[in-house]
Amino acid sequence: MRQELICITCPIGCHLWVEGLAGGEIQVSGNKCPRGAVYAREETVAPKRVVTATCRAGGYRDPHGPRPSLAAPRRVPIRTTGAIPREGIAGLLESLYALELSLPVRKGDVVMRDVLGTGIDVVVTRSIG
Amino acid sequence: MKELQFDSAVIGGGAAGMAAALELSARGLSCAVIEREDELGGILMQCIHNGFGLIEFNEELSGPEFAQRLEEKVRSAAITPFCGATVIEVEDNGEHKVISCVSGAWGVIRIKARAVVLAMGCRERNRGNIRIPGSRPAGVFTAGLAQRLVNIEGYIPGKDVVIIGSGDIGLIMARRMSWIGCKVHAVVEILPYPSGLTRNIVQCLKDFGIPLYLSHLTTNIYGQDRVEGVEVTPIENGALMFDRSFRIPCDTVLLSVGLVPENELSRSLGIDLSPMTNGPWVDSTLMTSVPGVFACGNVLHVHDLVDFVVEEARRAGSFAADWLAGRRKDKELRVKAGSNVRYVTPGRLDPARDNKLYLRTLIVKNDAVLEVRLNNKTVRSQKKSHVQPSEMISFNLGPSELAAARESPDSVLEVSIL
Ligand SMILES: Cc1cc2nc3c(=O)[nH]c(=O)nc-3n(C[C@H](O)[C@H](O)[C@H](O)COP(=O)(O)OP(=O)(O)OC[C@H]3O[C@@H](n4cnc5c(N)ncnc54)[C@H](O)[C@@H]3O)c2cc1C
Ligand code: SF4
Repeated sequence: MRQELICITCPIGCHLWVEGLAGGEIQVSGNKCPRGAVYAREETVAPKRVVTATCRAGGYRDPHGPRPSLAAPRRVPIRTTGAIPREGIAGLLESLYALELSLPVRKGDVVMRDVLGTGIDVVVTRSIG
Repeated sequence: MKELQFDSAVIGGGAAGMAAALELSARGLSCAVIEREDELGGILMQCIHNGFGLIEFNEELSGPEFAQRLEEKVRSAAITPFCGATVIEVEDNGEHKVISCVSGAWGVIRIKARAVVLAMGCRERNRGNIRIPGSRPAGVFTAGLAQRLVNIEGYIPGKDVVIIGSGDIGLIMARRMSWIGCKVHAVVEILPYPSGLTRNIVQCLKDFGIPLYLSHLTTNIYGQDRVEGVEVTPIENGALMFDRSFRIPCDTVLLSVGLVPENELSRSLGIDLSPMTNGPWVDSTLMTSVPGVFACGNVLHVHDLVDFVVEEARRAGSFAADWLAGRRKDKELRVKAGSNVRYVTPGRLDPARDNKLYLRTLIVKNDAVLEVRLNNKTVRSQKKSHVQPSEMISFNLGPSELAAARESPDSVLEVSIL
C-alpha cells in the first residue's frame, strides 16, 4: 500500500511516499532529509506536534514611561522544545493558559518541565522587560 | 531637529533590515536602522509559531526567537538602531539620500546616507481590496491584525470564526484560534488550490477537522452591529453557482487574502515598481532604478520563508557595500518570465558571476521542469518534483551557464516552468 504524506517537519513540505513492507516496516521516499523518514514513521504510528502558545505577562513596565503603552506586550510567547503526542495538547494548553509569568522573562526560561513524561520542556521564546 | 550622517541606512528593522545592516557593518560601514515599532523584529514578533530558521540556523525556531538571534548580532555590531521612528520621506540629493523620520522620543530626525536599503516589508490586503459585498459590521479583521491582537496584546477577537483566503497567515490563525478555544468553521478559498504552504494545510486545518472550501467565493457578509454570518458560493468553470450558495453563521471573519509590498516611500522616491511583484524593479545587484537605493525582503517581493529573506537581504547589504566602494555594474542580461511563471526577480543578471533568482509559478504540478533559455538556447533543464504558486522557487545561475551572454549584448534569459 502506497500512502502519500506531506512532511510538516519544516516549511519545505516534501511530498513523501510511504510504502508498507512486510513485518510492519515502512519505506519512505521523497524526503529531502532524514527527518522526513522519522516524521513518516511517527505520523503513521503516533502523530506528534510542537505546541506554541502564550501565557499571561504580569507586571509589564513600559521603558518609555510609568504607564504601559497600549501596544505593550501582554502575552509571553512560549513553545515546547519538541513535538508531543497530539492527544496531550489540549490538557497542556489548559495548564499553560492558567499560568502568569512575571516580567522580566528571558528567552529560554523554562516554564514547565518534562511535559507528560516526554522529557520535553516548555520554554519562553522572547525576552521581555 | 536632529541631523545625523551615516555611510548607509536601512529602512525597516525586520528580518530583512537587520540582515542587510549586519552585512553593511561587517564591511566596515556605519549603518543606521530605522524601525517604526518600539522593537526590532518586524512581523516575526507576532509569528509565535515555529517554522523559522531551518536553513539559516539549522534549527526550528519561533518568529521571536529568530528575530532575537538577529537582534543580538545587531546590538553587538556597530549598527545604530532607531526604534519608534517612522520614515516619512526619502529624498535623493545625488551624493546623499536624505531620510526624514518622526519619532515620539526625538521629534523629527534627518538621516543622511550615501546608500539606502529598503526593507519595509509588506502589508495585508483588506476587505476593500477584494470587494466583498454586504453590510459593514464589527468583527472583520485581517488575519495578521488578529494575530497581533492574540499573540502580543492578549485580546481574543471573537468566538466563531470563518477565514477567507487560504494564505499562510490565515492557516496559522486557524490553528491559533482553535488552540485558544475558538471554533473555526471554515476556510474559504476562491482558487482551486490552497495558497498557503502544504504543511500548514496539514497541521493547521486537517488536525482540527476544519473544512477548506476550494473554488468558493464569499459573496456576502451579514450582520448589523456584529458579524452574524457569511454567504459562500461555489465556483464552477468560472461561474458563480448561486443556486448552491450556503450560509455559515459566525461572529468573526478573518481575511487572509494576500500581502502587498509596502512601497509608498519607494514611489515617492521615483523608484520604478514591477506590476508583477508590486515591489521595486531591481538589477543584478538588487539595486532599484534609483542609484544607491537597494531593496530586499518582503518589500521587494513577498516571501514565504524568512530564511530566504535573510539570504536576500545579506546580498543586498553586500551589493550596497560594493557600490559604496565604487564598484559599478558590468554588462547585464535581461530576465524574462516565460510560460507558467508569474514573476522572476531580479530583472537583470550579471553573466560574470553567480546569480540567485527567485520565481513564483502560476501552476500546480507534479514532475515539473524548470527550464532556463538564454537567447533561445536551453542552458538549464531541472526537474522539480512538485511546484505550486504558494511555494517560491529559488535557483542559481553561474558564469558557465551565462557564458553566451558575455559576447552578445542585449541577451535575454527566459525562465519557464513546464
Ligand atoms: C503570518 C506570517 C507567518 C509566517 N510564517 C513563516 C514561517 O512559518 N516560516 C518562515 O520561514 N517564514 C514565515 N513567514 C515569512 C517571514 O517571516 C517574513 O517574510 C519575513 O519575516 C519578512 O521580513 P521583512 O524584514 O521583509 O519584513 P517585516 O518583518 O515586515 O519588516 C518590515 C519592517 O519595516 C518597518 N517599516 C515599514 N515601513 C516603515 C517606515 N516607513 N518607517 C520605519 N519602519 C518601517 C515595519 O514596522 C517592520 O518592522 C511568515 C510571515 C507572516 C506574515
Ligand atoms: S523531509 Fe526534511 S526537508 Fe523535506 S519537509 Fe521534511 S524536514 Fe523538511
